[in-house]
Amino acid sequence: MNTGIDWQAIALSVRLAVVVVLILLAAGVPLAWWLTFHRRRWTFLLDAVVALPLVLPPTVLGFYVLVAMGPSSPLGRAWIALTGHGLAFTFEGLVIASLLYSLPFVVQPIAAAFAQVDRTLLEASATLGASPWRTFTQVTIPIARDGIFAGAVLGFAHTLGEFGVVLMVGGNLPGVTRTISISIYDQVQGLHMDAANQTALLLLAFSLAALAAVYALLHRPWAVAPVA
Amino acid sequence: MGRRLIVILAAALLYAPVDASAQLTVAAASDLQNVMPTIVQRYEQTTGQKTRVSFGSSGQFFSQIQNGAPFDLFLSADESYVKMLIDSGHAVGSSAVPYASGRLAVWSRSDRGLNLSKGLLGLTDPQVRRIAIANPEHAPYGRAAVDALRKAGIYDQVRSRLVLGENVAQAAQFAQTGNADAAIIALSLTRTPSMLVAGTSVEVPPDAYAIIRQTGVVLTRAPDKERARQFLAFLTSPDIAAILAASGFGSSR
Repeated sequence: MNTGIDWQAIALSVRLAVVVVLILLAAGVPLAWWLTFHRRRWTFLLDAVVALPLVLPPTVLGFYVLVAMGPSSPLGRAWIALTGHGLAFTFEGLVIASLLYSLPFVVQPIAAAFAQVDRTLLEASATLGASPWRTFTQVTIPIARDGIFAGAVLGFAHTLGEFGVVLMVGGNLPGVTRTISISIYDQVQGLHMDAANQTALLLLAFSLAALAAVYALLHRPWAVAPVA
Repeated sequence: MGRRLIVILAAALLYAPVDASAQLTVAAASDLQNVMPTIVQRYEQTTGQKTRVSFGSSGQFFSQIQNGAPFDLFLSADESYVKMLIDSGHAVGSSAVPYASGRLAVWSRSDRGLNLSKGLLGLTDPQVRRIAIANPEHAPYGRAAVDALRKAGIYDQVRSRLVLGENVAQAAQFAQTGNADAAIIALSLTRTPSMLVAGTSVEVPPDAYAIIRQTGVVLTRAPDKERARQFLAFLTSPDIAAILAASGFGSSR
């Protein structure tokens, strides 16, 4: 496993990132909508909670997730009673940890895109008799499309490169929790520098391409008058 | 006024006299975490020499030292790293000295009710779903754990239950938090207060695995190599050997 690119780890990381992004889009779009259009006096607290993983060290998040998954927490006990095994060292456990870790990377770009939608268009839609649902799906979402795409790409790339949290709760099981960044770490620790270099280069190239796609969407260099 | 104060404070922080060369800096394997403070305290009392210790996995320190980490002394849980550092010119060959050997133990939380009287064989109990060990790819205690499981003839049986910690301390933590049902770790780690309180342990017979020789070496970039050698001499003195033995280490043999 240490003699070249660890394809099993890459496949696992891609699977993890796809699952996490799909769940985060399903939950993140309504959450971003709520954060943007239904602000109450105390919504800023929710903003802070959503942004928390941005500033929290992965070790802190990983530590609490590990403890929460263990049999000494109610959540861990409930899961063990339900499934017969603990959440740590499982793919499901990684999904839950990654959902927390990547939440702001998906929700914040979407919320920012929603905030930029011209309110008069939404009001026009309402006065033309469209239901709030129809306005949301046929006006708000198409206008905010680029922000949603950016959120998906950032969430995908961030989950793919996640390291600290996986290290804390994964247990390094090939095909289950040995993700691409853990594999690179192992290769470096095992002094297989060439293999580490190949896998790392692949991740570097992908991350750069993902970010280039996001910024291209923001600035539209292909347009006649690009956004500066 | 406020801004000026901040500038002054920042300048004071920047210019605070941190004379690193006055201290002996030691990179120590994480299995020493429990006993090292005692040893350092003794050393400082005896010699008056200030000593600063960083703990980490031996493999991590190996990479860092190769890339110029500013340590004077390296206490490695794995002698092969020491040999490679000597070969690459990062460590002083004549200074390398084994100071102890690592002992292996099975540890389990008391609330698991696991019968450890049969040692490793207790791990075949079907209620043991997860066994934490250090990563055998690069951690000496992980390698020893796999050796011992093979020797006991149960490796194939429990293989699918193994979860890997990045180092032996993380393997211990997996079991301590109850996420793993048992751990095969350094005996020295089972002597830390929190592990003693939470669970029970039994030693794995040392003939079940290849010796985990703990080796210290002076690094080439140490400004005062004599001082670093002094610490190694102190570490191998009979007094300290007794402290190491009481903390779960074997003799250097």
